Amino acid sequence: MSTLRSPFRSRMRALTDHAVTGLAILATLIVVTPLIAIFAYLVVKGAVSLNWAFFTQVPKPVGEPGGGMANAIVGSALLLGVASLIGVPIGIGAGIFLAEFGRGTRLANAVRFTADVLNGVPSIVMGLAIYALIVVPQGHFSAFSGSVALGIMMIPTVCRTTEEMLLMVPHAVREAALGLGVPNWRSALSITVKTASPGIITGCMLAFARVAGETAPLLFTALGNEFWSSSLNQPIAALPLQIYEYALSPYDDWHRLAWAGALVLILLIVLSVALVRYVTSRGVLKGAS
Amino acid sequence: MGVSIQVTNLNAWYGANHTLQDINLNIPANHATALIGPSGCGKSTFVRCLNRMHETNPVARVTGSVRMGGMDIYADTTPVEIRRRVGMVFQRPNPFPTMSIYDNVAAGLKLNGYSNRRALDEIVEKTLRNSALWDEVKDDLKKKSGASLSGGQQQRLCIARALAVDPEVLLMDEPASALDPVSTSKIEDLIFQLKAQYTIVIVTHNMQQAARVAENTGFFLNGRMVEFDSTHKIFTNPSDKRTEDYITGRFG
Repeated sequence: MSTLRSPFRSRMRALTDHAVTGLAILATLIVVTPLIAIFAYLVVKGAVSLNWAFFTQVPKPVGEPGGGMANAIVGSALLLGVASLIGVPIGIGAGIFLAEFGRGTRLANAVRFTADVLNGVPSIVMGLAIYALIVVPQGHFSAFSGSVALGIMMIPTVCRTTEEMLLMVPHAVREAALGLGVPNWRSALSITVKTASPGIITGCMLAFARVAGETAPLLFTALGNEFWSSSLNQPIAALPLQIYEYALSPYDDWHRLAWAGALVLILLIVLSVALVRYVTSRGVLKGAS
Repeated sequence: MGVSIQVTNLNAWYGANHTLQDINLNIPANHATALIGPSGCGKSTFVRCLNRMHETNPVARVTGSVRMGGMDIYADTTPVEIRRRVGMVFQRPNPFPTMSIYDNVAAGLKLNGYSNRRALDEIVEKTLRNSALWDEVKDDLKKKSGASLSGGQQQRLCIARALAVDPEVLLMDEPASALDPVSTSKIEDLIFQLKAQYTIVIVTHNMQQAARVAENTGFFLNGRMVEFDSTHKIFTNPSDKRTEDYITGRFG
């Protein structure tokens, strides 16, 4: 009998197998625990203040009970919508350039480097930069400037995930398209991007979810608003700003509203990610990988 | 209809690597021509020079001339144009994974701006029938992805995709090397039927396959074409000692 087949060896192998599996499960639990804990805590603290008024009313003055964050919910939706209109097309476009057309060029290296630096810029600095570039020249705070700040913050994530997803498309798929006499640009847009689209969409959702909770870039741009506003030219309320303001206040009922706001913010992010996934997965064919 | 191909003094490089040296060859129209030889002998590079796929590699270079139907494909036309006239089937089946079976076949036409729906339906059915795949997929044309088919079906799908743009030449780079014997024999039957309409050039490692499907066979070794003759002559009475050594299994 060879040493590899000795009973001791095989028992050791089974043990190692169990140990490694156990460690992997443990690591998974450690990853999930904070997520579940945060969510549970939010539900416990926030759910009690969630009522119809929260979604339909604007904040009440100090001392008056009730009121809601309807303006902040709408404001966040507007800010994120406009930010996505800015960040997603630019990010995807730059990602396509990096992966398909600019490979190895100096411009591509510069773009990739800039995107990585931009990704590392603290969000408060982004807020200040937009303050100086848009708010000061315009002379007033605005939803638009807030959207620009969030949109620019989305670009690097969208750009680099797009690039990486495109590079993962097998060479054989590109060759198949070129072999059919499809011009290079057409093959890149219609075949490679389409093949990589599930990954690109995930990248966009990650960027969206990340900026949805940003407070700092909005402090000097969107500013916040206690009243209804849906104008891009006016200061606008946003959930993170409202939560920030209420949580810092000395009033107990505002604290409760802040918890409810945090819960709603998380739910809105989860809902929009789920919605995008559902819509984009409906066209997927049987057996497509 | 197929066209004949005249190759004159063809040389090809990958970087500093001189992978094809002074190839001269006449490939007759509407015949199947097999290219055999050991791995790395240049036969794949050679077929990739016939539709200018070789030059998609940034370090690749080609000199010499390839004439098809009286036109020099390196001087008188663009790579995109020539690839519409010279279809290619690759070693590993490579259907577009996110497209339906129908869209895979129609891809070459659709991506080149062809959108007449009724005509597309007809072409898809005709080419799937020509590739002996129609009966197996006709119920799932738009429901299933090309990637959901078996390996042999995928390869026939890729043949249909290449035929749908109505080429004059069909290049096949070891089209059956990743397939089981049943799928392989289906592909071989197909080659037999297709040469009535197309000029076929097939690279293969399988000498029985060359003997079964091709009228003519070329033997490649170390970037040169050692011998080109009728398949019967190559396999029974080759003029070159190296060809004989290879087909009798003395090396390679």
